[in-house]
Amino acid sequence: MTDLAHIRNFSIVAHIDHGKSTLADRLIQLCGGLTQREMKEQVLDSMDIERERGITIKAQTVRLSYQAADGETYQLNLIDTPGHVDFAYEVNRSLAACEGSLLVVDASQGVEAQTLANVYQAIEVNHEIVPVLNKIDLPAAEPERVKEQIEDVIGLDASDAVEISAKSGLGIDKVLEAIVRRLPPPRGDREAPLKAMLVDSWYDPYLGVVVLVRVVDGVMKKGQKIKMMQAGASYTVDQVGIFRPKKENVKELSAGEIGFFTASIKEVADTAVGDTVTDEKRPCEKPLPGFKPAQPVVFCGLFPIDSSQFEDLREAIGKLRLNDASFHYEMETSAALGFGFRCGFLGLLHLEIVRERIEREFNIELITTAPSVIYHVYLTNGDMVEMHNPADMPDPVKIDRIEEPWIRATILVPDEYLGAVLKLCEDRRGIQQDLTYAGARAMVVYRLPLNEVVFDFYDRLKSITRGYASFDYQIENYEANDLVKMSILVNEEPVDALATVVHRARAESRGRAMCEKLKDLIPRHLFKIPVQAAIGGRVIARETIAAMRKDVTAKCYGGDVSRKRKLLEKQKEGKKKMRQFGRVEIPQEAFIAALKMDDN
Amino acid sequence: MPALPLDDSARAASSPAETEGGFGVYIHWPFCLSKCPYCDFNSHVMRDVPEDAYVDAIIRELTYFRELSGPRTLTSLFFGGGTPSLMTPQAVTRLIDAVAGLWHVPQGTEISMEANPTSVETAYLKGYKSGGVNRISLGVQALSDDDLRFLGRLHSVGEALQAVKLARDVFERVSFDLIYARPAQTPAAWRRELEEAISYAADHLSLYQLTIEPGTAFEKLFKAGSLLPPSADDAATLYEVTQEVCAKAGFGAYEVSNHAKPGAECRHNLVYWRYGDYAGAGPGAHGRLSVEGKKIATETERLPSRWQAEVMRAGHGLTRMEEIAPAEQGDEMMMMGLRLSEGVPLARYEKLSGRIIEEKRLLLLEKDGLITRRGGQLYATARGRMVLDKLLGELLV
Repeated sequence: MTDLAHIRNFSIVAHIDHGKSTLADRLIQLCGGLTQREMKEQVLDSMDIERERGITIKAQTVRLSYQAADGETYQLNLIDTPGHVDFAYEVNRSLAACEGSLLVVDASQGVEAQTLANVYQAIEVNHEIVPVLNKIDLPAAEPERVKEQIEDVIGLDASDAVEISAKSGLGIDKVLEAIVRRLPPPRGDREAPLKAMLVDSWYDPYLGVVVLVRVVDGVMKKGQKIKMMQAGASYTVDQVGIFRPKKENVKELSAGEIGFFTASIKEVADTAVGDTVTDEKRPCEKPLPGFKPAQPVVFCGLFPIDSSQFEDLREAIGKLRLNDASFHYEMETSAALGFGFRCGFLGLLHLEIVRERIEREFNIELITTAPSVIYHVYLTNGDMVEMHNPADMPDPVKIDRIEEPWIRATILVPDEYLGAVLKLCEDRRGIQQDLTYAGARAMVVYRLPLNEVVFDFYDRLKSITRGYASFDYQIENYEANDLVKMSILVNEEPVDALATVVHRARAESRGRAMCEKLKDLIPRHLFKIPVQAAIGGRVIARETIAAMRKDVTAKCYGGDVSRKRKLLEKQKEGKKKMRQFGRVEIPQEAFIAALKMDDN
Repeated sequence: MPALPLDDSARAASSPAETEGGFGVYIHWPFCLSKCPYCDFNSHVMRDVPEDAYVDAIIRELTYFRELSGPRTLTSLFFGGGTPSLMTPQAVTRLIDAVAGLWHVPQGTEISMEANPTSVETAYLKGYKSGGVNRISLGVQALSDDDLRFLGRLHSVGEALQAVKLARDVFERVSFDLIYARPAQTPAAWRRELEEAISYAADHLSLYQLTIEPGTAFEKLFKAGSLLPPSADDAATLYEVTQEVCAKAGFGAYEVSNHAKPGAECRHNLVYWRYGDYAGAGPGAHGRLSVEGKKIATETERLPSRWQAEVMRAGHGLTRMEEIAPAEQGDEMMMMGLRLSEGVPLARYEKLSGRIIEEKRLLLLEKDGLITRRGGQLYATARGRMVLDKLLGELLV
């Protein structure tokens, strides 16, 4: 055991590519966690995500032993934080397990939107924050300007910022000294009943569920009977350990320390992040405040292209859910697409990741329907229903009002792209809240309806700013708006998977854009196909896909029969990849592509 | 490896199934003076071809096919290529005599030969005729010298017209080919060219839309963006012009790209389209033969030297000989048959494939104006024939 005064628990807050991982690697190396040779091995190991799942996670929480300039040895616990907005929730719980943070900023790039969001979270949990300027050796580095920016934009004193180059190793020792001298030690009582915060958990095929904890009070040991206070379940601890970053079993974890335990827990879903772990026989009086569970904010339908793969999809989703409790699903049937699942995600990236994993790891080709947010539909009888599928829209005569979620979006953008960004936000019903400058970059804050962002906002933002803008958001509140369900009819038949909820004022332009898109996405058929957008019974936009005029092979003689038949087989095969809506075949990509809005 | 052919005595003479669509023999002469940039046929540029040796090999392979097919009555014999008109009349005569010795060849059986305007000489034409050839098909391709150069042809318009005249002097049955939908070709220009062509025509014309085939020089140009064929819609318009001009002149379309005065249709190609039997001899030739109630697909080695060596070694140059499953026979028969204005008997499809096409499907396509039915015969309409590839997908899925 280490006395509290010799423990420091910290996180690293940084924007993607600002050097967080490189810095973490350097810290591990300097504290002797791994030899030079092992450093390489570790990088290699982490490639094989599935087999080395443990390593990947271990690399994200690591215990370092550091002998400081004062001659004392300190236990440093680093909890890594994911950078993306979708996983802001995970950032939050990682930060809650520490007393301080390193704020890493690229000295040539300056503060980015994600940095901001994460650093504000760190401030909220009362972290001591040490600014670190990375990439100081780059010719484009402007440490003084970036320090100023940190003070202006974030309001942190940056005069003592540590200047480093994680790549070359310059200044890493100063970072370690700053951790020891400037971050506070944890507080806690080793003698009190066990009280530990459940920070994270993941499934390991050999160990079962591995639980990461921060012990607040008391001690956790092998063989101890523990209780999850919120979940109410009891377990016996099998193993207690730490990551250095290699997994290492220890006798105990005591107050102030971070480590893992296993206890024959079967599913990640049995471990609620933020739950308090205590001793069954001698429980602590009050649980920790805990977290709200991560709430899905984006919903969409996932359907197998080949409807016979529904059971495979059910299995795939079940398996993914084992390790990702933040993703929700329930069965859904669509008139157009058959059986599938309505799934809830933390954000669009999360959606993309899950979709890609199903397609790649389980070899199931999917149709993804239009992403939707959760609408609060207030009925005339006073009831409120949560709706996240346009197909579930109640009869309009029974609806009193519909509320939709709004976000507060922060965008940092180089001056020359500001105009385009403002236009994009205005086009998406945004309301400007703030516009300030930090050097040659503008920081824009907008309130935006999430349903305007959920689809392709981030893609558009990246494309109009050539990738130079950074973006982050938080959900703010629900507000009533004039929202309507827009149906899409292909060859006179409604395609439920293409239905969306839109603001009435935007319906016509969106409907027109969708019809135009579908006109290009649906190949010509043997007959002409009307494509219409409608609100209720009223058609608001219409396009026609002309019938195919000619495709017949010009020359077909005795030697061409086999070749032609192969083409016919291909055509038949291709038909299987299309979904038949009445007599119209709609290609898979049309469902998502139809919703992408071009500018103008 | 192909199985050994059975002895004739092991089976009865031609059954009715075998005679449906007739029986043709195709002989492939793969050599050319130069390779045309649009052509994806099995052709090889070679000077000083050892003609006798190749003719020997073809006869040997024909003998093998005779063992496979058993005794049958010939509907037609066709010399294709490559450039078969590079063969001497002596060689052609030897081959015709060999075919006549292997199968029953009634008086008046169609014996066609493809010829290039450059290789046509009066002496050769007369020699072919006396050897038994009674129909000539000339690769004229265009009536503009610029376009002929673009198409990689070695002849001029003047030479082509001279060749047509010569051929008509010698043969009663003469056809020629044109390629349209050339880059920047307007409907008006094509109409003029086609009308002029018809004024030189005897009783048959093959009019092909230019198609960019994989592996050709044109494909490379196309991919590089330096060859721009008309759009699908423009090509459709050119096709419609073709139908209109030909119909007016009495050259009705009896197949997608083939036009003839009544009774002048190419009987050999009708064997293909009616899904009859045909033996294909020579490098890279394909065949379809009914053997003991089964339909067999054959294919020979494409490379002439390797094909020849294989024939001398094994008696044939087959690289593929396999039975075609009933469903696939049905597909093939429909694919070919619906190209014809005469349509296909639905009952034959059902018998071959063991399947039926759902009435619902037929009714929908009829409603769309793509097919019609009369007395058990199924036809693609004029509009249906234009979109036949997709139509087949709808019909046969």
